[in-house]
Amino acid sequence: MVVEHFLEIVGINKSFGSVQVLKTCSMTVAAKETVVVIGPSGSGKSTLLRSINLLEPVDSGDIFFAGENITRERKKAHLLRQQIGMVFQNFELFAHLSAVENVMLAPMKILGVSSADAHDIAVDLLRKVQIPEKADAFPDELSGGQQQRVAIARALAMRPKLMLYDEPTSALDPEMIREVLDVMAELSAEGMTSIVVTHEMGFARRAADRIVFMEQGEIIESASSDQFFGGTVNDRARRFLDQILH
Amino acid sequence: MSIELVLHYLVSSSFIHGAGMTLLLTVTSLFFGVMIGLVLALIQESRTRTGQVVTFFYLWLFRGTPVLFQVIFIYNVLPSFGIKLSAFVCAVLALSLNEGAYMAEILRSGLQAVKKGQRTAGLALGMTGSQMMRYVVVPQAARIVLPPIGNQMIGMLKLSALVSVIAVEELLLVANQTASADFRYFEALTAAGIYYLAMTTAFMGLQILIETALDPKKRQRMRRVPLTERMLGTSKSFAVR
Ligand SMILES: Nc1ncnc2c1ncn2[C@@H]1O[C@H](COP(=O)(O)OP(=O)(O)OP(=O)(O)O)[C@@H](O)[C@H]1O
Ligand SMILES: [Mg+2]
Repeated sequence: MVVEHFLEIVGINKSFGSVQVLKTCSMTVAAKETVVVIGPSGSGKSTLLRSINLLEPVDSGDIFFAGENITRERKKAHLLRQQIGMVFQNFELFAHLSAVENVMLAPMKILGVSSADAHDIAVDLLRKVQIPEKADAFPDELSGGQQQRVAIARALAMRPKLMLYDEPTSALDPEMIREVLDVMAELSAEGMTSIVVTHEMGFARRAADRIVFMEQGEIIESASSDQFFGGTVNDRARRFLDQILH
Repeated sequence: MSIELVLHYLVSSSFIHGAGMTLLLTVTSLFFGVMIGLVLALIQESRTRTGQVVTFFYLWLFRGTPVLFQVIFIYNVLPSFGIKLSAFVCAVLALSLNEGAYMAEILRSGLQAVKKGQRTAGLALGMTGSQMMRYVVVPQAARIVLPPIGNQMIGMLKLSALVSVIAVEELLLVANQTASADFRYFEALTAAGIYYLAMTTAFMGLQILIETALDPKKRQRMRRVPLTERMLGTSKSFAVR
């Protein structure tokens, strides 16, 4: 059987000034796989995600997406990003648009979908993330959990082939974390290829196929969920786990 | 004072022309001022070294000298370089160049007020840089810069009186000429004052209208409520806000 590498990162390096933030990082993600990335603050998790959709150009190494080397796609970066959804820690809903308009914007302005069709798409997606009733609310009228679910719907509206989540629940009150993770887990279960930076080990246990552990810019461990939670992990990863679990 | 004479001045063709000229000066200078300001703000945003130097020099020059000086300078010095422009064009040129310096600061602060994360979110969806500016940054910045631009508009109306020194037939010059011909300063200046107040009031009203149109919440709530209900004030959702 040929393993389909949907996303393949080969030895990427990235420095900000004299600080090397990514050190020869390599990883592969198969189609429909959900990979959870964990690691201490400053270990380079966000930079890794941002280099995948070319928000952060890498210094060296290669990134293959759906079989193509995208690493040096400068001019066509926006076309690649149309296929990759991203969800941020601080939601970043467009403040001047209502929930439904947030979801409609990209299909209309980027793909040229008519406003009626975009509205249908948006309403469907808001239903999927469980907040159809908030369609006309503005971001500042929504709770954090609701905003994040709208942000997920906004990303899904472009029909992405890959979803990147950067600590999607870190800015949320505990009671709202669940509603967001449920939506993400459901998407993963439906086969949405996803890379999730999170410290929610409950989510990792439930939805992840693989766990990647990063420290000081290096990928220290990349284990299947079973291996990882079965205890056969690297000492440093184990110590980090003990820290965040206790 | 003779109220009849004030009314007579108000409807006289010279006053109407003067007020029209003041309005034209204000609107055109403001328009070009915004354009110059926008170019300067974008140059500053781009953060290139020459851009920074050019904009710094511009702001230094035009904010560091009186507008009256700029008006007189342009009117009297350009002809000696062989550039012959009408008094009106000189007036608009001076007022726009000066306004541009202030507009640049206003527009730049508006653009900067839109947080970096909003831009990143636009790019991450797959927008090009210009789509991101157009659909994400500018609509949000517009709301921020509108109140200060409204103030500039009213300021410009008052500033336009300065160009009477280069014999542009605007409201103040007309009033002054009429007054000294008829020796009726009180009436002539009252008529001019009424025009000025009427125009500033109209500008303020316009500002409120545009602010409402740009406020997405107000706009949406207006749209959802039929016009008749809005006017009769019978709708609940309208009463809430
Ligand atoms: N634009 C930048 N300029 C300079 N340094 C940066 C920049 N972005 C990130 N860094 C640095 O790179 C390192 C890795 O940052 P990154 O945000 O990828 O870490 P992280 O693992 O996501 O951390 P956290 O858990 O705090 O979000 C940090 O030391 C950070 O200070
Ligand atoms: Mg991070």
